[in-house]
Parts: sequence; C-alpha cells; structure tokens
Amino acid sequence: MIEVSGLTKIYGQRTAIENLSFNVSQGEIVGFLGPNGAGKSTTMKILTGFMPATSGTAKIAGFDVFDETMGVKRNVGYLPEIPPVYFDMVVESYLTYAARLHFVPKVKLKSAVDRALEKTGLTHVRKRVIGNLSKGYRQRVGLAQALVHEPKVLILDEPTVGLDPVQIIEIRELIKSLKGAHTVILSSHILPEVTATCERIVVINKGVIVAQDTIERLTTRMKQGLAFQMLVKNSNPVGIEALRAIPGVKSVLAESGVQNGKISIEINPNQGELRDRLLEVAMKGNLGVLEFGSEKLSLEEVFLQLTTTDQANNGGQS
Amino acid sequence: MSFSFRQMWTIASKEYKTYFTSPIAYIVIAGFLLIMNWLFFFYLDHVSAITLQYKMSGSKVLSLTEGIIKPVYSSMNVIFLFITPFITMRLFAEERKMQTLQLLMTAPVSVWEMVLGKFLSAVMLVSTMLLLTLVFPIILAKYGNPDLGPVFTNYLGIFLMACCYLSTGIFFSATSENQIAAGAMTFAAGFFFWLIHMASQSSGPILQVILEYLSLTQHFNKFNMGIVNTSDLIFYLSFIGLGLFFTHRVLDSYRWRD
Repeated sequence: MIEVSGLTKIYGQRTAIENLSFNVSQGEIVGFLGPNGAGKSTTMKILTGFMPATSGTAKIAGFDVFDETMGVKRNVGYLPEIPPVYFDMVVESYLTYAARLHFVPKVKLKSAVDRALEKTGLTHVRKRVIGNLSKGYRQRVGLAQALVHEPKVLILDEPTVGLDPVQIIEIRELIKSLKGAHTVILSSHILPEVTATCERIVVINKGVIVAQDTIERLTTRMKQGLAFQMLVKNSNPVGIEALRAIPGVKSVLAESGVQNGKISIEINPNQGELRDRLLEVAMKGNLGVLEFGSEKLSLEEVFLQLTTTDQANNGGQS
Repeated sequence: MSFSFRQMWTIASKEYKTYFTSPIAYIVIAGFLLIMNWLFFFYLDHVSAITLQYKMSGSKVLSLTEGIIKPVYSSMNVIFLFITPFITMRLFAEERKMQTLQLLMTAPVSVWEMVLGKFLSAVMLVSTMLLLTLVFPIILAKYGNPDLGPVFTNYLGIFLMACCYLSTGIFFSATSENQIAAGAMTFAAGFFFWLIHMASQSSGPILQVILEYLSLTQHFNKFNMGIVNTSDLIFYLSFIGLGLFFTHRVLDSYRWRD
C-alpha cells in the first residue's frame, strides 16, 4: 500500500531525511518512531503529497506522490501535528467541508460525516463550535477529518501529543480499531505509544532508518540479551581481561578486586549465543560465579540505544 | 492540472459563511451602509435645495447624474479602498497562523482552486454590499427621472475597482501570518495605485503616460462619467489577474519551504 524507496529531502544545507526505504502492506499499522527532529514530520509531509522530496520515490495506493499528487491526496487522510481545525466552525459543518474537499459525493455526505463522528466518539458534540472544545476533542475532530472520506491510507503525525492519559488511551483504542480497514502510519517520539498501537515499527534517527521490525521480533531479539550481569566471588583483573577478549563482547564493566563484585557484560548485536562461552571463560579465569543472568533491555532502552549510538557515530559529521 | 469548479465553490461558500460567523462582515456592511446612506441623503438634500434655488432664479436644473450619481458613487469607491483590506486580510493569513492551510494543501485541491475560491468569497461579500445599495437608484427612479446608463457604468466600475483591491489584499494575506500586517499592506498598496497619477504632474512626458495609465482612479473616472472603454476593462482585468497570479506563486512556494 505504501512503498518508499531511497527517499531523501534536503533543505538548503540541512539533510532532513536520507535514503529512507520501507514498505507498508494493506491493513497494517506501522509506527514511525524517533526523537524530535528525526525527520518524521518531513517524511509524512512528503507521503501526503504536500511537499516534494529531493530524490527517491514514494507510492501510495499505487499513485506516485510526485507525479500523481491528486490521486495520492484523494486516498490519504492526514492528521498533522497541530490538527487543522477552524476554531470558528461547528464540528459537523467542518467535517462536511473536509468531506466535500475530498470529493465525497453529495448524497453520501451526511452518512460519511455521521460515521466519522461515531467512530471518533464525537456525536454528542456535533453541534458545538470547535474553538470551545477541549484539546482532546479538537484532536479527535482532526482525526475525524482524516477519516471522513474513508481513505485507504491514514497518516497520523503524533496523534496523542498533549492529551491527558484517559484521552491517550481512547485515541489509541480508536487507532487500533482502524486496523484492517485502513493502512495506518503514525509517528511518535514516545515508545509506549507505538507499542500500544502498532504491529511494526520503523525507528528513525537523524533522518536515517536505524531499525525496522515487528515489535515481537524486536523484543525477542532483546530478550536473548545484549547485556548480561554476573555476580562473582573473586573479581580478579585477569579473569575480567579474559572476558573482555572474547570475540563479540563489546564492553565489560567490573568492580575490580572486591568481594562479591558485579560484572556487566555487553555484547554486540547479532552475535548469536555467547552465554556458554562467557561462563566457560569466567570459570577458567577463577572468578567464582555466584549469579549469572541476562539484563533485560526494555524496548525503551533498545530505542535509546539505537538512537543514541547513532548520534555518537554521526557526531563527527554534523 | 485540471480545474474543478466544484472544489472552488466548496471553498468559496465556506469562506462566505465564515464572514458571517465572525463579526467582520456585520461591522463592514453596517459601517459601509451607514456612510453610504448618509452620503446619499446628503447629496439628495443638497440637490433638492439647489433645484429649488435654480427654479426660483429660472436657470438650468442640476441633473441627478451630476448632482447625486457621480458624487455618491465616487465616494463609494473611496470607501471600498478603506474597507476591502478588512475583507481580505484573514483569508490566507489566518489559515497560515492556525495551521489550517495544511488541510487544504493535503486535500485534493489545486492552488488555483484555493486562490479563486477565496477570491470569489470576497467578491460575493462585496457584491452583497453593492446589492444593498441598489436602493439608491430605486429611490431616484421612483421620485425622479435619472439616467440609468451612468448608474450601470458606476456599478461596473466600482465592482472592478473593488476586485482590484481584493486581489491585492488576497496577495498580501498569502504573504503574511499576521492579519493586521496583511491589511495594512493592502491599504498601502491600494492607496499607492489610487494616487499614483498625482506624481505624473511633476514627471517627464513618457513617465506621465505610464503613471496615469497605472492609476486606478484615472480608469474609474471614465466609468464615473458613464463611459465604458475596452482599454479600461482590460486594465482592471489584468490588474486583478496579476494579483491572483502572484498569490498563486506565493502559495505554491509553501510546498518548497521548511
């Protein structure tokens, strides 16, 4: 449904996104995760056909976002970071306006608006002026606007930002309910946001994709462990050095020369199973292992790791 | 790219309704009618007093065209210079400030449909105001025998003049996020083109012709006298078209910016 390949956008001197490639299939909900300023909004603006990219291609529902902008715009519902609502309009007439702009035929206008109101739980405020609604409701009106023409693809830029916890849960439930009928891309810089609603995430940092996988696989990958902790009776330097020398071990942090010392071992990603080897070396090194276990990284830590390592690598260039 | 009248109309009708959900339309219309009615009454009273005097002295009677139609409609033209900035200033500036322009920019609407839709809404508001002043010729026709030709040409001239102000205004509204700034710039530009011929008196022969040609007032004067020239029509239509074209360019450039 969404095919992006080699997408690059340069503003003057600044590269906002570089060589992004990803696909989203029909009915999927994909989270676009990254810290502020990572290029999420830029990517979304390009996908809506609002802004042209510097190079690369993107197709939405079979339409090219550069050459067939109108086709893209008809099939996309977009909720920008700030909901584009007119404060002086009544909810119902605002949605009717949005529907008409998206070529909803006259005879279907009323039913389209009713359905969008119902889906977003706005039926009881349909006659209210948008400016008098709370922020959460305005956000919902924005979402209803994106939904009103039943687009194939929904692009939601930080849909829950600035809402209270109850509203956040409501909006998340709403997005989840769209699964199947619509293909959804939503961006966020908050991880739980994405884990709560999406099946798959694309992690982006400084304009580059640093990881993309299903949430399940990302978490299992993490559960296998990238980091281990050892509690040892005799934390001697020789044994620690031996651990450090194992290929695949990234770093070893140890409290040297103390009784019952803790050793933290971090291994490189995609190293495969190293636990046997670690224990073997630890025993040979006379450390006297008391406890051994994997340090479970939450997805949050993985996200931090992915985005901060990248930052360190790019530090010299920027 | 194809042009959809339906999309243009969707925008125009929404904008027209928006005028009436805010106080702007009411204030503008009320202010306009108050001044116009007072002016009409003033000239009417003036003409009837003079006519009485002339009749007593037995000389020629001041015609309705000279005594009422010409002064009333040229005053109306001045008033439009002052009030059209209020009509156009929010059209794009507010959408930019409130970030609602994104809705239009990501909907299947072309930039021309947007520009012409918004322009049309402003033209409809001005037309509403003009329709409300039709009571003047009706009163004149009921109690007198006015020449309806100049009435028609004055309406045509004022309509075109107002469209020129509106097209300037819509351009400045597109360039700014600040409504007040957009309004002030519109007024300044309108005033400039209104008075530009004044500079012609102290300039060389070629420049003089150019400056007089560029003056909105000089073209209106013909309509005010009851003359419709193709060249004046072409001038006004080009002026309007150019304003709308620049608006289109400004809006289109948003897509290329940060």
